[in-house]
Amino acid sequence: METKLLEVKNLKTHFNTERGRVTAVDGVFFTVHAGETVGVVGESGCGKSVTAESILRLLDEKSTEYEGEILYKGKNLLTSTINEMQAVRGNDISMIFQDPMSSLNPVYTVGNQIVESIMLHQNVNKKEAYEKAIEMLRLTGIPSPEKRIHEYPHELSGGMRQRVMIAMALSCQPKLLIADEPTTALDVTTQSQILDLINELKVKFNMGTVMITHDLGVVAEVCTKVVVMYLGQVIEESDVRSLFSSPYHPYTDGLLKSIPQLTGDRSKKLHVIEGKVPTLHQVPKGCRFAPRCAFANEKCHDEMPELVQADTSRKVRCWHYKEIFQAGEESPYVSAADSY
Amino acid sequence: MSVQQIPIEQPLLEVRNLKKYFPVTNSLGKVTGHVQAVNDVSFNMKKGETYGLVGESGCGKSTTGRTVLRLIEPTEGETIYKGENIYQLKGRKLMDMRRELQMVFQDPYSSLNPRKRIGHILEETLKIHRIGSKQERMDRVMDMLNKVGFQSEQYFRYPHEFSGGQRQRIGIARALMVDPSLIICDEPVSALDVSIQSQVLNLLEEIQDEFNLAYLFVSHDLSVVRHIADRIGVMYLGQMVEEAPTDELFAQPLHPYTKALLSAVPLPNPMIKRERITLKGEVPSPINPPSGCVFHTRCPHATEICKKNVPVKRNVAPNHAVACHLYE
Repeated sequence: METKLLEVKNLKTHFNTERGRVTAVDGVFFTVHAGETVGVVGESGCGKSVTAESILRLLDEKSTEYEGEILYKGKNLLTSTINEMQAVRGNDISMIFQDPMSSLNPVYTVGNQIVESIMLHQNVNKKEAYEKAIEMLRLTGIPSPEKRIHEYPHELSGGMRQRVMIAMALSCQPKLLIADEPTTALDVTTQSQILDLINELKVKFNMGTVMITHDLGVVAEVCTKVVVMYLGQVIEESDVRSLFSSPYHPYTDGLLKSIPQLTGDRSKKLHVIEGKVPTLHQVPKGCRFAPRCAFANEKCHDEMPELVQADTSRKVRCWHYKEIFQAGEESPYVSAADSY
Repeated sequence: MSVQQIPIEQPLLEVRNLKKYFPVTNSLGKVTGHVQAVNDVSFNMKKGETYGLVGESGCGKSTTGRTVLRLIEPTEGETIYKGENIYQLKGRKLMDMRRELQMVFQDPYSSLNPRKRIGHILEETLKIHRIGSKQERMDRVMDMLNKVGFQSEQYFRYPHEFSGGQRQRIGIARALMVDPSLIICDEPVSALDVSIQSQVLNLLEEIQDEFNLAYLFVSHDLSVVRHIADRIGVMYLGQMVEEAPTDELFAQPLHPYTKALLSAVPLPNPMIKRERITLKGEVPSPINPPSGCVFHTRCPHATEICKKNVPVKRNVAPNHAVACHLYE
């Protein structure tokens, strides 16, 4: 039975800056069920990390304004009090950050940091908390955790530190895990170890996971559902297979085509999405992708499309997705899979 | 051009037994050990060829690139360019070598001087090598700007006015200013988003054809290297463990490390489910690398001989070399 864990409805995050108000996230929708991994992808500056931070309200409340709703088990986190948020953070919803080098406190042992989070949320004494921390470290595959628990972050390698972060995030058995680029700073062989670990623990605890990443390979490997973001908006939402075999939005299509492949023909030139992402200070009036889109016409430049249900499992924010999709050529991904 | 005609059979650049050890000192400045960043690496490059150097962080691929250019002096070994060991060049000849071997750096934000206009950044290389009159230099900069996709007006802009992808194009233009025959590209697209990455990769390919350039392409991203390289060398812990033409390496990797590395790359295709080889443990410290084969601590096929004897890189097929006891 699927339980709806998290529902983000038309989330908008505004920052008040010296150069005026910018809206870093402007219309994000998605739902996470228990045991499901939702990927949030996009290029730098598309608002994917701000979305993650908005869910836990980690941004500076003085200069940030939120709009919309973030429902965790039916309760709106955006209207919760600070105390209520503290009870949710780390306990019900946990987060893994991108940089394992800077997200651990260098002057405390890793055991100390994990125990802190356990004792904050669970009614246990220090000894029990230490035992729990050792168990978590063992679960994440750290060899001889009884010894490692007394080490400082600088004594551990990048992959080990990321394991410590995961152990810390999962120490209170959260229902929902938000992983913000958890493997970007790691090497590929370490990355595959960490992705396997997250997958394994997800099944074990029946967690819902939000995987924020820019790497479409990671999405294809671990996610069941994908949300594609461009300039603060969700432009496409789909199950992972359909997205890779037949993307609806021209941006998604362009993004998929511009990655060099590990299989198939390599003599072809790479696809290029012309132009560059506009800054948040000069957001286009109509469709945000229109200035770079080969299919854009006047309507695209004037009116912003809404995120509409395209078919049962898919949503897209484009005026022309039907025509483009019908006229579009076969995606390279289907044929690559056949020939592999 | 002043570049001498090189017969096709002869390699453009030959790296022989290159070693680079960095000293490790204690708080009193006493040398307590050495980081063996590059340990006996040999390879050669042909004219107009792209040679990819791949490996994970700390494997010595960037140090190799920098040492080849003599940005770092080697501990041992030689690099032969045009029949001469570049580590023994002095004065005028050293300058000539520096002109012909250029470099594109990883970080487009820190590799351009923020206080200079981009026109001047490009012109500087010409000034250093005393090429052309003032007017000629300016014309040449304008030409080059157009070639890498800029307008002439952008001559007077500062680096901060450009995005990451544009700056990387400026970095490439700067390397091209002095007609090099080889460019060392140290992770040139790692800092860029995928849509920008493809622009830069395409540009690199275009200018390669136009100027008959050779690239030493250092990268950790295997899909990028597969796209651009003709031949690939795989490095692990300061040593080159396998070397093969690109298609062959991907179709038939031999070294256990190469196999694991290739299988670890997540494919952007949910339809493909592969058997993944997960390596146990971590990369050992280069200060105290394992005895015998450096990979034996993590290798699924390691035997007694791997712990004792260092495997020698040998050809198992034409152009396909591997350093592993399994293939002896």
